[in-house]
Amino acid sequence: MFYFSVPLGKLVRRVSRLRGGGSALPGLVVEKIDPGFMQRTLSTLPLGVAVVSGTNGKTTTTKMVVELLESQGLKVFTNRTGSNFTRGVAAALLGEVDWRGRLNADVAVLELDEAHAVHFVNQVPPRYCLLLNVLRDQLDRFGEIDKTAQLLEHIAAKTTGTVVLNREDPRVARIAGTLNGPEVLYFGLDDSLLSTFPNDDEMRAAPGSPVPPAPERPPADVVLRRVGTDDADFEYDGVTVTTGMKLRGVYNIFNAAAALTLDRALATNGKSGVADNDGLLTALSRVAPAFGRGESLVVDGLPLELVLVKNPSGFRLGLKSFPAAGYATMIAINDNYADGRDMSWLWDVEFGTLRNGGVDQLSGSRAYDMALRLQYDDVPIGAVNTEIAPALAAFIRDAKDKPKRIFCTYTAMLAIRRELSKITTVEVVS
Amino acid sequence: MTPQPPSGQPGTNGARANQAETGEPDAQAGQHLSFGHKLPAQGSAPSKGTIRILQLYPRDMNIYGDWGNALVLAQRLRWHGYTPELLEYNVGDDFPPNVDLIVGGGGQDSGQLVIQDDLLSRESTLKDLAEEGTPMLLICGLYQLFGKFFKTRTGSVIPGIGILDAETHGTDERLIGNVAVSSPEFGSILGYENHSGQTSLGPGVAPLGTTTKGTGNNSNDGQEGARYRNIVASYLHGSLLPKNPKLADFLIRTAVERKYGSFSPGSPDDSYAVLAREHAARRPR
Repeated sequence: MFYFSVPLGKLVRRVSRLRGGGSALPGLVVEKIDPGFMQRTLSTLPLGVAVVSGTNGKTTTTKMVVELLESQGLKVFTNRTGSNFTRGVAAALLGEVDWRGRLNADVAVLELDEAHAVHFVNQVPPRYCLLLNVLRDQLDRFGEIDKTAQLLEHIAAKTTGTVVLNREDPRVARIAGTLNGPEVLYFGLDDSLLSTFPNDDEMRAAPGSPVPPAPERPPADVVLRRVGTDDADFEYDGVTVTTGMKLRGVYNIFNAAAALTLDRALATNGKSGVADNDGLLTALSRVAPAFGRGESLVVDGLPLELVLVKNPSGFRLGLKSFPAAGYATMIAINDNYADGRDMSWLWDVEFGTLRNGGVDQLSGSRAYDMALRLQYDDVPIGAVNTEIAPALAAFIRDAKDKPKRIFCTYTAMLAIRRELSKITTVEVVS
Repeated sequence: MTPQPPSGQPGTNGARANQAETGEPDAQAGQHLSFGHKLPAQGSAPSKGTIRILQLYPRDMNIYGDWGNALVLAQRLRWHGYTPELLEYNVGDDFPPNVDLIVGGGGQDSGQLVIQDDLLSRESTLKDLAEEGTPMLLICGLYQLFGKFFKTRTGSVIPGIGILDAETHGTDERLIGNVAVSSPEFGSILGYENHSGQTSLGPGVAPLGTTTKGTGNNSNDGQEGARYRNIVASYLHGSLLPKNPKLADFLIRTAVERKYGSFSPGSPDDSYAVLAREHAARRPR
């Protein structure tokens, strides 16, 4: 049967592309007629498969991991279009394999949503996994944070080579104790930066209540020591190295430590047997933000930044990483499935940092939920329009002489990018 | 358009905005607020009185937006001209005296296990407060534990403190989605549910209302929440109080009347709440 599955899948892919259709249909077709396709194809890769999962930062981290590996001369297969579920991986594979089903790559680096990653690792045990964090995200999908942590634990358990864990997220670091096969490596933060990453548990404590003594932390392979305005210090192998960074936002730069840890492990297992740290760092300094992750576009000669927000901790970190002063601000909140449908999460974010400048424009299907949230934090509100196209147009028109920033949920961001592509250069991701 | 100050408290916006800009020490900010949230300084009008709001177990039972309910009570009290005092009670703390209003939220299974023994040790205190008529808002997990028991899927029984004549049974089915409730006391109530425990009410309590969208207490009887004395218990998040200001003002009015004999309301601007309700009501289940 599988003699036909690849040509057939590729044909469906071409046809669905011509029709402007989604990226998953060809994957569905191949999955149905040839369930072993993905496992068979990926198992041929000399360096195997690396899975990147966690609540926040998967897309940016995956982008870094891939670009760093490419700087080492490796051919990398990845699911670039944000199809971070199994069927999307199959579809992406179909685009890359030749007509006989062979994949010309050294390694696959795949960004997978926590729940889909579990399905994926059951079919294709990865050689590496990188687990970023477990935060309150879309509880209407996964039910509970502890459930999400269990999903990550399962991914780690199926990993055959090296598991890379966030030392500073207790729910992730804890996974090490459940493993007895794979090697465990950590990425970590300097003590001075820990307070910029409150986890959900710590956030519940009142100011002034005693901070529990820090648990004994294992040594980390890569530690982020300092974040500057356009550079950062990383420590590995006992030395601290400063590198320039195009990425903005301390959480993006912490994920750079994650990418470095994974790539150092991968490179060590590559042909040369040693990691080219200087090359990795040079590549890291050139990585630009992934779409919507603090990405800066140009409108009317001034920057317009898109900041994707999808859960309370991400929104908080976004507000902290991108100060409001001097910027016109818009917030667009949708409540489609991919955004999270329960608006409760907005009440776990504090908006006091927007109080001085106010928010110029609100939009999205839940624009009035956002307005209500801001009212209770005494944040001044400009205009509200649930329709994204006219709201965006008004925002750009009325804040013509100011740099702009838009905080938006996932589907709101897609709509905003479509609108922006009409007036500026935007990478449109389908 | 230039952003306009929100008009929660008509007539005092200018004063409040000025205070925020000068960065004067904030009279309210020294309070015990969870999440590090700070309320901006209050207007200069003399306070009509102080209401002490106790958050129950905010550290362990605060899964999703429960802070929103406490914030709405605190801010609306200010907009009505009263001074809110926010207190927290966590496992092992001394129970604060002179509590006027109690809010409790939902937790994960692990959170419920952490608070279980402590809650049982506070049974008589909470029962006395409830029977005296202290207004309380109990969401999701603490709604369940204020009932008689929670029987898990595996058959183990977590005892509740039995203030509410209600029992909860764990199921494999997770009830998730937007909910609309019709309540004889409060009109239409809008929120979002996400629970696998299903609750049945006994004759000692009334339902908060009946569902017109979504499931509510359980998948059988169309009832949502519970009412007993001045307790409002509900499965609804959203958070519940922001989009249901009538419920918030019921709790506030009751607390103020119990403490000061009468309540003289201010006039909070609920136009965003009205619009948020309109748009929320149109969203699919």
